[in-house]
Amino acid sequence: MKEMHAVLAIASRDVLKLLRDRSRLVFSFVFPIIFIGLMGGTLQANLGRAAGFNFIGFIFTGVLAMTLFQSSAQGLLSLLEDRENDFAQEMFVAPVSRYSIIFGKIAGETGVSLFQAIPMVLMAALFRVPLTPFQVLLMVPAAIIACLLGGAFGVAVMSLLGSQRAAQQIIPFLIFPQFFLAGIFNPIKILPWYLAPLSLISPLRYAVDLLRGILYAGTPEYDKIVLFSPATNLVVMAALFAGLMVVGTVAFVRSETSR
Amino acid sequence: MIEVRDLVKRYKKADRNAVDGVSFEVGAGEFFALLGPNGAGKTTTISILTTTLRPSAGSVVIDGRDAVRDPAGVRARVGIIFQQHSLDLNLSGEENVRFHAILYGLYPYRPFFRAMPRAYREQLRDLAGVLGLEAEIFKPVKKLDEPTAGLDAASRRNLWAYLRDVRAAYDITIFLTTHYLEEAEAADRICILDQGRVVSIGTPEQIKADLLDEFLLLDARDRQALHRELDALGLHVAESGPFKVDLNGHSAQEVISSLRTPLTLLRTSSPSLEDAYLKIVGSSMEAMA
Repeated sequence: MKEMHAVLAIASRDVLKLLRDRSRLVFSFVFPIIFIGLMGGTLQANLGRAAGFNFIGFIFTGVLAMTLFQSSAQGLLSLLEDRENDFAQEMFVAPVSRYSIIFGKIAGETGVSLFQAIPMVLMAALFRVPLTPFQVLLMVPAAIIACLLGGAFGVAVMSLLGSQRAAQQIIPFLIFPQFFLAGIFNPIKILPWYLAPLSLISPLRYAVDLLRGILYAGTPEYDKIVLFSPATNLVVMAALFAGLMVVGTVAFVRSETSR
Repeated sequence: MIEVRDLVKRYKKADRNAVDGVSFEVGAGEFFALLGPNGAGKTTTISILTTTLRPSAGSVVIDGRDAVRDPAGVRARVGIIFQQHSLDLNLSGEENVRFHAILYGLYPYRPFFRAMPRAYREQLRDLAGVLGLEAEIFKPVKKLDEPTAGLDAASRRNLWAYLRDVRAAYDITIFLTTHYLEEAEAADRICILDQGRVVSIGTPEQIKADLLDEFLLLDARDRQALHRELDALGLHVAESGPFKVDLNGHSAQEVISSLRTPLTLLRTSSPSLEDAYLKIVGSSMEAMA
């Protein structure tokens, strides 16, 4: 019970920090306008008819998954920043288990990411992405799952890299290729042989595909866009989450005590 | 009660031990200071004591809990105050306090101040009152003018007064690590570390006695005569004056009253703790050079 309160305190601190950071809030509103409005809009106008599906919806689901995943992953890195300043020292000498600290951090970054999803959904509605209220409702758990997966990815990367500087240099190389391998902006139904396996090991791909499964369910273009059934995506994500969490937490606790 | 036995820590890729066989005990209710120059191993020792670092060898037991086998048990029994301010600047003072109060399991989590239990709200108002921060405590720390300046000197004094009170009231043990000698001088016992080893341990008086002797500084126009007299008293000094006479248990009075040569210089020196400390730090710096 005490640990639960600690998790909540750690998580709410991250959300509070977002709400206090005006430039971050503004950015989270501008970002979807650029991607969904500008990029989705132009692709829809030029390629939409030839592709035979709603390109704005395609970009929307991709960018939504990407934002949730990336924001959660990167949020976890703030634990390194915390560890390098005195505030975290205080957190780490408090009688709270390491698992609670990591879980609180993931929960907090999930909250932060979901906040950023709200303007995206508004933007999508504005650009007439065919979304029913029921689909939006279904997207909430899918979005939370994307955040948790991103958070677990962040924990693993953070623990294995150890320092904030190393993390900041390496994380773009781990996330940027996933934009293309997971098919955020580009259809990946057909991939050349050398990219197919790389795409399969990209965790982000499954989060994107799950959201697209919800958006395109029951439409004629479903088979053109969606790669795996939602059940398959969920199973793969659960396995990835468990694996990344175990590796990440073990490495984190070790890096902390066995220097 | 803190028991440290043969503590050794060698960091990965290091070619020498940061802490090299340190042992000491701190009794319940004692004020104990760990003193040493930079790089002496203080931070390493305290990191092991606070369970954020695993020792290479040796044991640490705090209030019956082993720091390696039961780190959570140790953490539940200690509170730590860091030297640098460690506030989250994005949060208000109250939110910082609330965060730590919840982490330490004192109160349940509530999303805002008004929802917190009455006891907490009263304690917080008391705290704000004591610090003279009634108006500021609810504002984000980074929005305050000079959040740290102005607090430091006063809050340092307050902190020490507070620690004295708490110690008297609850019989807690205080373990201080510092490289400021003035802070350590008030301690019941001091342990001086240098290059990962215990150089001296005891009350401030014992440390002074261990490390430095009292001496007389004497000079005369007729140095040869003075030298002969000192020799006759069994006090051996260097050939050239002024002469530094180690008293080795003799009293200064006794020495001076037996001298006949007119003195041009007479100075007694009883060492301060600072002299003792500087002697250690100085010799360690020479060794490094």
